[in-house]
Amino acid sequence: MLDEALLFKWMAAFDHQIQTDKAYLSGLDAEIGDGDHGDNMARGMSAVMHTFKTPDQSVAEQLKAIAFALISKVGGAAGPLYGSAFLRMSKAATDTQQLDQLIQIGADAIADRGGANFGDKTMLDVWAYVPAMLEHHTLSSAGLAQLAANTKPMQAKKGRASYLGERSVGHLDPGAVSSQELFQALLLAQADLKTSPNPAMKNGTDL
Amino acid sequence: MTIGIVLVSHVAELAQGIAKLIQQVAPDVPLTLAGGTADYEVGTDAAKITQAIEANPGDELMVFYDLGSAKMTLDLVAEMSTRAIYRYDTAFVESAYSAAALAQAGVGRLEIEAQLKPLRIK
Repeated sequence: MLDEALLFKWMAAFDHQIQTDKAYLSGLDAEIGDGDHGDNMARGMSAVMHTFKTPDQSVAEQLKAIAFALISKVGGAAGPLYGSAFLRMSKAATDTQQLDQLIQIGADAIADRGGANFGDKTMLDVWAYVPAMLEHHTLSSAGLAQLAANTKPMQAKKGRASYLGERSVGHLDPGAVSSQELFQALLLAQADLKTSPNPAMKNGTDL
Repeated sequence: MTIGIVLVSHVAELAQGIAKLIQQVAPDVPLTLAGGTADYEVGTDAAKITQAIEANPGDELMVFYDLGSAKMTLDLVAEMSTRAIYRYDTAFVESAYSAAALAQAGVGRLEIEAQLKPLRIK
């Protein structure tokens, strides 16, 4: 169930992870891309955290605000990709709050926007597998790390890395790694809500 | 139907450079640009692209771009706009130049598109 409290904790945990790993993610991107993925995501997530300052937003409204923050602030390919995922999740959130269904809708949006297939060494190689893991309660930190690691031997068929052809083999895809962090943040947020179910939300000191 | 040309690039100077090249052969074709991010870094910006599309007085907008993420941001913006937008996966400089030159000569969009076909590279 994706409610306001979980969405806030999820995005706060993701923001924290992205800000911490900004240089690491840009470093991964420098190996096979344009070297700005971490900085772009950090800028986008700062904008995302600002959207929580607007009080009394429904999950759908909040997801839409997150989408627009990412679309307008990220600047690289990750902006329209993550943005499209959250935008379509926002549209679906009026009908379902089930996480596995929402993430599946997000994964479909990413596939449509970027035109990538499984195994093209993109963020889709993480997103595509998460809905089933959520549905069967098998989503784990180790599983997510494995999904991101799977992109290492792949040859990039989409994105800036595809210009490198075979030379893209042997490097992690930065979008897959930030997606791994997104869903690790979800696990953290879910665990956190179990221990402190009534978080001090919005206008909190961590904003 | 007036044709307008829109250039979308990761780099402001790249869009401006192609615009300079185009204006030599197509001074009367409406031309608008979206280059770089809002703070003139390398990247694409949905708000800038929206502005370039809405500000172009052409009836049919032929849009050319440099690399993949420009295409995705452009598609997002196009979905939210009511303008007639046509996006081409063609060599950026050559296709924008020939579309503008043909539009200046009064050639229609479909005929221009036929000429752009061999320039499709992405």
